[in-house]
Amino acid sequence: MSMVQPDRLESGGTIDRGRPLTVNFDGRPYPGYAGDTLASLLLANGVRLVGRSFKYHRPRGVLGAGAEEPNALVELGVGARREPNTRATLVEAVDGLVARSQNRFPSLRHDLLAVNGLAHRFLVAGFYYKTFMWPASFWESVYERQIRRAAGLGRAAAAPDPDRYEHVHAHADVVIAGAGAAGLQAALAAAAGGARVLLLEADRCPGGRLAWERASVNGRPAAHWVADTVSRLEGMDNVRILRRTTLTSVYDHGVTSALEQVAGDPAGSDPALPRQRLWIIRGRRLIVASGALERPLVFDDNDRPGVMLAAAVRSYVNRYAVAPGRSFLVATTGDDAYRTAFDLQDAGRTVVAVADARPHAGAMAEAARERGIRVVNDALPARALGRLQLRGVRLQNGNGAPLEELACDCLAVSGGFSPDLTLSTQMGERPVWSETLGCFLPPPTTDQPVEVVGAAAGVLELQAAFSGAVDAGARAAAAVGYPVPADMPPATAGSSAPSDAPALPVRCPGRGKAFVDFQNDVTADDVRLANQEGFASVEHLKRYTTLGMGTDQGKTSGVNGLLLLAREQGRPPEQVGTTRFRPPAVPVAVGAYAGHRTGRAFAPIRRTAMDGWHRRSGASFIEAGHWLRPSCYPRGDEDIAGATWREALAVRTGVGICDVSTLGKIDVMGPDAAEFLTRLYINGFRKLAVGRVRYGAMLRPDGHLLDDGTTSRFAEDHFVTTTTTANAARVLAHMEYHAQVAWPDLDVAVCSATEQWATMAVAGPRSRETLQLAFPDADLSDEALPFMGFLELDGGGFPLRVFRISFSGELAYEVSVPWGHGEPIWCRIMAAGAPFDITPYGTEALSVLRIEKGHPAGPELDGRTTAADIGLGEMFAKQKTGFVGRLLATRPGLADPHRPRLVGLRPVDPAGRLRGGAHLVADAKGCGIEDSQGWLSSVCHSPQVESWIALGFLADGARRTGEVLHAVFPLRGETVAVEVCSPCFVDPEGSRLRG
Amino acid sequence: MHRIDCPWCGLRDEAEFQYQGDASVAPPPLEGDIDEAMAAVYLRENPRGWHQEWWHHVAGCRQYVRVLRHTGSHEVAATGWPDSRLEPPA
Ligand SMILES: [Zn+2]
Repeated sequence: MSMVQPDRLESGGTIDRGRPLTVNFDGRPYPGYAGDTLASLLLANGVRLVGRSFKYHRPRGVLGAGAEEPNALVELGVGARREPNTRATLVEAVDGLVARSQNRFPSLRHDLLAVNGLAHRFLVAGFYYKTFMWPASFWESVYERQIRRAAGLGRAAAAPDPDRYEHVHAHADVVIAGAGAAGLQAALAAAAGGARVLLLEADRCPGGRLAWERASVNGRPAAHWVADTVSRLEGMDNVRILRRTTLTSVYDHGVTSALEQVAGDPAGSDPALPRQRLWIIRGRRLIVASGALERPLVFDDNDRPGVMLAAAVRSYVNRYAVAPGRSFLVATTGDDAYRTAFDLQDAGRTVVAVADARPHAGAMAEAARERGIRVVNDALPARALGRLQLRGVRLQNGNGAPLEELACDCLAVSGGFSPDLTLSTQMGERPVWSETLGCFLPPPTTDQPVEVVGAAAGVLELQAAFSGAVDAGARAAAAVGYPVPADMPPATAGSSAPSDAPALPVRCPGRGKAFVDFQNDVTADDVRLANQEGFASVEHLKRYTTLGMGTDQGKTSGVNGLLLLAREQGRPPEQVGTTRFRPPAVPVAVGAYAGHRTGRAFAPIRRTAMDGWHRRSGASFIEAGHWLRPSCYPRGDEDIAGATWREALAVRTGVGICDVSTLGKIDVMGPDAAEFLTRLYINGFRKLAVGRVRYGAMLRPDGHLLDDGTTSRFAEDHFVTTTTTANAARVLAHMEYHAQVAWPDLDVAVCSATEQWATMAVAGPRSRETLQLAFPDADLSDEALPFMGFLELDGGGFPLRVFRISFSGELAYEVSVPWGHGEPIWCRIMAAGAPFDITPYGTEALSVLRIEKGHPAGPELDGRTTAADIGLGEMFAKQKTGFVGRLLATRPGLADPHRPRLVGLRPVDPAGRLRGGAHLVADAKGCGIEDSQGWLSSVCHSPQVESWIALGFLADGARRTGEVLHAVFPLRGETVAVEVCSPCFVDPEGSRLRG
Repeated sequence: MHRIDCPWCGLRDEAEFQYQGDASVAPPPLEGDIDEAMAAVYLRENPRGWHQEWWHHVAGCRQYVRVLRHTGSHEVAATGWPDSRLEPPA
């Protein structure tokens, strides 16, 4: 393979010519060097065309050299690692890198979809909004099929992201974003007094422009000052420099976050390393030194490959030893771009001319003429010539009168510099327009823990940037208790010519397509049209035209766009204002935000003390909150329905055991514990005897049911209350609120004990015999342990609690032991129950048993039901004193006797299938939701009734027993005739649970 | 992201807390006037400015922390116990 890089300069640059490498772009190999970016490497190889634009598929080349790049967006990697819309200017070239151009079909040079360039009228400003006015047939035939396919960038990978990402937490006294001239200088000052300084640099090399600019500092080449300063800082214990790390987000209270590119190789070559790290930084002061962004000029066909930002061209020449062309024209509104002309000339390239928008020659023009470079004053580009590659530029004067046409293959443009406001405006303050500088400046930060320095503050002159940075660094450190020695001198910048004020042309006069936002294909005409159509506010302009809404957040387009809008409206720019920047300032992969929290690490898994036994016994599991609970224990080739049926039947006829450790358990202690609970529940606890258990329900303050459960009194001042698994955290918070805030006068404390006690329900007619065998010394007789009583036994050096409560309606107990004893006790009970074929049962059978008994659970306590709705009306009415939610539960809407009430339902034809969520109607024919009289909340196939049964809510339900209605389930087109019955399908007298 | 100075635990991340609403409103009465209960449950000022609010330190000491926060700037002027009197800065 030929190693010729036609536009690589013979010498110079910071690339490592001893480390050649090859990257692959659109299937072709290209040589380059370590230190190249993908953009510099392609430019060195004479590649000008790198992509097609968003809407019109216009040919596009590299415009910039950093994060501002709107054009050179490429797809990196293959398969699951395919990453679209990556800026070629930020991609470090590594050997074997695979990149592809985007948004072209079938190839970059022959893009059939470029026909969109002709169909411009469909794609003007507000296109997306206007499509809503078109007939549906247009949507189907044109919009969805054609335009959707044509507009857009890149393709996301279809497979899960295979890379790893990390979160790193850091603390610092002073965080500095940007290690250019101002950032380095501020870091030196801030660190001098001992403050912990964290300096973040997006590039792999600190120094910013000074790393490659042909300038001098302290009488030596600027790059030497950069190297010295970096090694000084790195020699200090209190300073840390993070390279390849971009501060993306500024949050409240000193919290910022930054994205670090860890591996230079995006293909994830080292599996030990994460691809990116998301830094979450808690800082006390922030110094923003993120520099300035050059603005393009707005003129006809200003997007042709070969039109580049002037400072970017200079960085390619000086940093990468790449001259992106043979003959150059420089078009500028200020002084800085002259340096580009000079450096190009010194690199041996032809500089055709400098076109300066200002009418009069200044000092830089003089210097150019001395070098033999032609300067044309009062000259602006009128039109770029060429299509896939720039061929020349037609010039005009400020009034639009044509001047000459100059042949060139690269046009370096400069429309002035805008401070990078992407960080300094994230806290919500508006930037301030500066007429003298012709740019927006960051909002004042006097009452904020933030300083903005250097070009990011509009200070473009190097000496002033150094001085300001020393002051800001010292101020920031002193503010957090690290005063800086008074004799901290700023670096001395080499002599720089006095800079002449820049001109501010808004749009070079013309009639063609002049792009403002390259990434989103927004033209000057679009801005004019939006204003004409009434989208006059800058926020509306943004949304209507999509100006600045690309992944670059309008870094090169924002200011030009609103200057155009200001001119359209004849208003000064400060009255038009700017849109806000929001975090993140640069695109961040979703994976970086997720960090390690993917897959199994997404959320914790809570396992009960008996989890190992369940797994060994072949349980199927279901997630409940974060808990893993056995849903059933299939035997042989049993399916879930078969296992559930068998387990439920075993409880009704023999004995079953179920792990109910996940129910919430809260210890309530203190002299006022009984009073506290009486105020929280709809039933009283003052008179509950020690050793007894009571069922209770609690309301939210708005009168709806919050939760239910049992409460046991262990002592005058000690209760243990249980909650449903789902509501354990909510009930605890509810109790804490009332203990700490509502009734601080009550002497009571609450504490979660859910994970301290392993609990198992032992239920069924043989449950007492089973427990008697397991705990032979215990007196489990009705006298010693009546229904709704409990015992505290000695389990052999640990407490063992036996509650006689029943969720299944059978004779049943709950046994609680300290967590670590859960599995041995479970096994002891299993062994004791063997003669009765004790059957472990899961949540499926548990649900069947409670539906058969008409006990409400989650589907009934859905946040919209009242105590009366689930049949607790009498309990609610009985209590004498007030409790939480009582007043609002008496509101007419909640107290309405005709509200849907809990009922039982069974199919008239025993073979009928019921479904949760079905609605109850009188006449199924042509019914709509307005005909609904209620719904089915819980259904099961009952072994006891030997048909499907349901709990549901039915208007006026308590008085409609025996009525036949229709359960309609439109999702499946099913209608089943159902009979209203009592919600208790089994043993309505309750004789079984009393043994 | 906010950082909140828990009077029991010290300066902690917002992620450890659960926002629990307006702390300038007294809890609804258990008995008596239903209108008073309606107001306590449903009526809020929603000011742009200083706001007394509850932040429950759920992943810490589990105490309800009274926080005086500016709803526009997110500045936290003071934190305290449930019965603390927090005064907005002059
Ligand atoms: Zn705390």
